[in-house]
Amino acid sequence: MTAAFSPHADRMPIEGADVCVIGAGPAGALVADRLADDHEVVMLDAGPRFDPADRLARQERAIRPAYDRPDVWDVGGERDAHSASGEWFYPLNHARVKGIGGSTLHWQGMVMRLHEDDFNSGSARGVGPDWPIDYADLRPYYAAAEREFGVAGASDNPYAPPREEPYPMPAFEPSYSDSLFADACEELGIDMHSVPNARNSETYDDRSACVGYGTCQPVCPSGAKYDATVHAERAEAKGATVIDRAPVQRLAHDADRVRAAVYATPDGEEYRQTAEAFVVACGGVETPRLLLLSESEQYPDGLANSSGLVGRFFMDHLFAGMGGRLSEPTRQNHVGFLTSECHQFYDEADGEIAPFKLEFFNYDGPSPVEVALSGDDWGDALLEELRGAYGDHIGMGALVEQLPQAESRVALDHDRADDHGNPVPDVRWTVDDRALRTIERANEVQREILEALGAEITWHVGPEDTGPAYHHMGTTRMGEDPTESVVNAELRTHDLENCWIASSSVFPTAGAVNPTLTIAALALRAADAVGASLA
Amino acid sequence: MELTRRDAAAALAAIGATGGIALGVRRNEREGSSSEPNTSASDGGVRATLIAVAEVVYPTEVSGIEAFVDGFLEGRLAGGDHASGIRTAVTELDEHALSWYDRRVTELSREERDRLLREVGADSAEEDPNGTTAERIRYYVVNELLLALYTAPTGGELVGIENPQGHAGGAESYTQGSR
Repeated sequence: MTAAFSPHADRMPIEGADVCVIGAGPAGALVADRLADDHEVVMLDAGPRFDPADRLARQERAIRPAYDRPDVWDVGGERDAHSASGEWFYPLNHARVKGIGGSTLHWQGMVMRLHEDDFNSGSARGVGPDWPIDYADLRPYYAAAEREFGVAGASDNPYAPPREEPYPMPAFEPSYSDSLFADACEELGIDMHSVPNARNSETYDDRSACVGYGTCQPVCPSGAKYDATVHAERAEAKGATVIDRAPVQRLAHDADRVRAAVYATPDGEEYRQTAEAFVVACGGVETPRLLLLSESEQYPDGLANSSGLVGRFFMDHLFAGMGGRLSEPTRQNHVGFLTSECHQFYDEADGEIAPFKLEFFNYDGPSPVEVALSGDDWGDALLEELRGAYGDHIGMGALVEQLPQAESRVALDHDRADDHGNPVPDVRWTVDDRALRTIERANEVQREILEALGAEITWHVGPEDTGPAYHHMGTTRMGEDPTESVVNAELRTHDLENCWIASSSVFPTAGAVNPTLTIAALALRAADAVGASLA
Repeated sequence: MELTRRDAAAALAAIGATGGIALGVRRNEREGSSSEPNTSASDGGVRATLIAVAEVVYPTEVSGIEAFVDGFLEGRLAGGDHASGIRTAVTELDEHALSWYDRRVTELSREERDRLLREVGADSAEEDPNGTTAERIRYYVVNELLLALYTAPTGGELVGIENPQGHAGGAESYTQGSR
């Protein structure tokens, strides 16, 4: 598989650029698209422009056991070297994709709005900081982000924050296994409701409706699942320039302004992209890394780091899960997305228990083809094994908020270099006790539901073996006080008057819903601020 | 349960081929109109060997194997590194058959073919396109065939899933109980 043809193949800087966006994931691509109507925009990304014609081959990689998850989108090697010296190991290269589209190329595509209390964790729950903005500030941007992504959903979640309009597309129908869960949940007084999906339930924005490949995470061959190539290409159509395989090495600056993004190209050259405004949109790990790599006499601890907090407060969502087998067919693995969840317990959160949401799986247990490719037999014996392994699994997941802790951080590992000789990111991840208690609480609810269902419980993921949901947050937190935050409420760095950050790295707290819709809403808000600064 | 050309097309749609033009070339070669007869003859041998292996690695209740494998390979042998890998692995398997049984794979009984695959280690090997002989035969021969079968609707239905992973069978079956 090869990178697709790049219309800006010489990768030379653009003269007279108004805006330089670093990172072509959802945040960067949305900012570029919004600003490209009226401004000269350049977008730089460390990874390649993937050829859409390769998606079936990438799907094959997702299915075949010869390939690990990072192989699907060519993650790994010296370019992506990293360390994980924290108390908790962090598998960074399973959690990201570098290239045009960014990690939306491999994401699940679940897009909920944060709850109102998530913006006021300190006030409402007694832990963590409040955000400098409220749900009301972000509400119109959430609606805009849902239109941009194309979200299939229904207004049937009584625990979700207020909406102002229907979702752009109708929700996907509940699954057969949802109907099994529904009986048990009704008996227990637990509500189920639909999942908002950034996945087409009907043709939308000239993209196909879902055709059921079942490999949503990590690759959707049909394009029914939103990914940020949509907005990168739309920005290009408006005149923006997208330069791939152009990792930014550092941001050249003086005391108040970023002057240039210094980037490398595959031919070994280094260029300077100047602009009036810079938007760093490299995610929760590479964003603080780039700022730390851009240290100078003015900023000896890293750019935009007068607070000393760049890289601090790294958070992810914790997974809690449980599952088992029923004595009847459960119809799993027909599709790779979820159709039902539960936010009923979310707003019971306080200082002791974190917010969490429950998920009802449509793909619990083995996929027959994956078992077939890794078995020790074939023929009739294999078929018998597959029939025994598939058909009656049922499972649940949960996402749990972790609190921001200063010692949980992204730092530079000066003992290890990437392919350009730069120190690699070191994710020093720690998890707080409240999150671990909440995983136990989520497990309790999961067990109640599965037992009411009559399932024989065969697996569970609790506090002792939990892992990250691959949502990097918190490392350039937003706030009003420059001594306690990196960016302000408009997402502009406190230190530099022409540098914004569009990323989950600005989240002061994590909430317990998948973060990408909030990333998109914040990116659209940042685009407004950047546009106003250029007016 | 009979495998059909539709299954072959579905398997190809699931895991990719090299496109319609290449597909046409392969058909012409089989009909003797190709200007590259050596490649055509070689591919004929590859097809015959893979059909013979499929008769071992597919369950006995499956019929229509020859047409299914033939149709599936029209795309998979149409070019590129993967096609070369298939040809090389099949050649190696045939060389082992000649060395150990004095006959080609296609000339072995079903039981001998099964034994040959186990003797080269393809049963216990983990697939690896760049690995040992056993690992490459597992990848390019055994798993190539199993991938095609179990991403196809008929292969899925054998197990109880009419829209198996990798098959674009629509977003409806997940809402329905067993048929």
